[in-house]
Amino acid sequence: MSELKTTAPPNNGAAQTSQTKEFLAGAAATFPLLVGAAPFGIIFGTLAEPNGLSALGAILMSLIVFAGASQFIALGLLAAGASIPIIIATTFIVNFRHILYSANLVAKVKHLPHHWRAIMAFGLTDETFAAVNNRYMQQGDLDKAHWFYLGSFLAMYSNWVFCTYIGLTLGNIFPQMQNWGLDFAMSVTFLGMVVPYLKSKPIIAAVLVSAVLAIVSYDFAHKLGLLFASFSGIAVGISLMMLENRKQAKSISPAKELN
Amino acid sequence: MNEAYLISGMFVATFSVRYILFAAAGKVRFPPWLNKALEFVPPVVLMAIIAPAVTMPKGELWINFDNPWLLASIVAVITAFVRKDLLTTIVVGMLAFAGLKFGLGF
Repeated sequence: MSELKTTAPPNNGAAQTSQTKEFLAGAAATFPLLVGAAPFGIIFGTLAEPNGLSALGAILMSLIVFAGASQFIALGLLAAGASIPIIIATTFIVNFRHILYSANLVAKVKHLPHHWRAIMAFGLTDETFAAVNNRYMQQGDLDKAHWFYLGSFLAMYSNWVFCTYIGLTLGNIFPQMQNWGLDFAMSVTFLGMVVPYLKSKPIIAAVLVSAVLAIVSYDFAHKLGLLFASFSGIAVGISLMMLENRKQAKSISPAKELN
Repeated sequence: MNEAYLISGMFVATFSVRYILFAAAGKVRFPPWLNKALEFVPPVVLMAIIAPAVTMPKGELWINFDNPWLLASIVAVITAFVRKDLLTTIVVGMLAFAGLKFGLGF
């Protein structure tokens, strides 16, 4: 690569090569994650029409919303006859985890022009966060790392839209596919994402409360169960965390008095 | 027409969350306790989605050893604890589910 730098025209050419390199590296780093996302997109496409979303609506949703979990949930809510405001509110809660990702990345992207940040925000999925966060934690030159981000985003995006289309087509050829239990791909992906968080008692308690309440409240009017379970779980977790902090503060303060 | 409302609404709900901190470009900083509190959001919300999906896959509570959704979830959780790798968890969980549902005819 060093030879290339000396023979290429100064600056421009070298800059372009490193952009392309970063872009391709971003796509490559995201590739394993596509294995989990692809069945997800296919199943979304398969289930769209049986759940009451048109084929055009499904493609547009994948193109415009680009959020796997909430698109999936929206189908379930549509089939259950939930109103549009409830589906939108649920989307908001389901995607709220992304604010954590952006809080983690903002220091790395704040110097970029506004249009870059807007595109990056649109492409901020679980998978791209995982790939990009790894890249940013590496040592070395981060000058062109936003091209890495773009590569990861476009790999995810094109895969997602393409798989939605494949799913729509397959669903029409094999209508019985909706009974195969393919929705399990989503559950297993999320289980794999939840487990690494289970490191403290407040989080474990919050997750258990959320699980039980989500089951109990499944038949709640207007399909508000998911919102109810989420808020309750978070409230329980934060309360326990504050209790723990207070205990720690108490056990520290007498020691201070001794000194 | 309804779908247009639905998709625009979902776009706003999704994009606003992803964009707000990038737009502020580091001028907004969360206090540490809020950062801590936000860490509860992903696992809790994801679990609120998973729990009914695997314990009531057909709309009614089905907590038994003949429920392949539930059994394969247990396999996936064990895999996730042991291997700590998302892709392995997804593949093992899917294989377990396929084996139980189609291999053993659960």
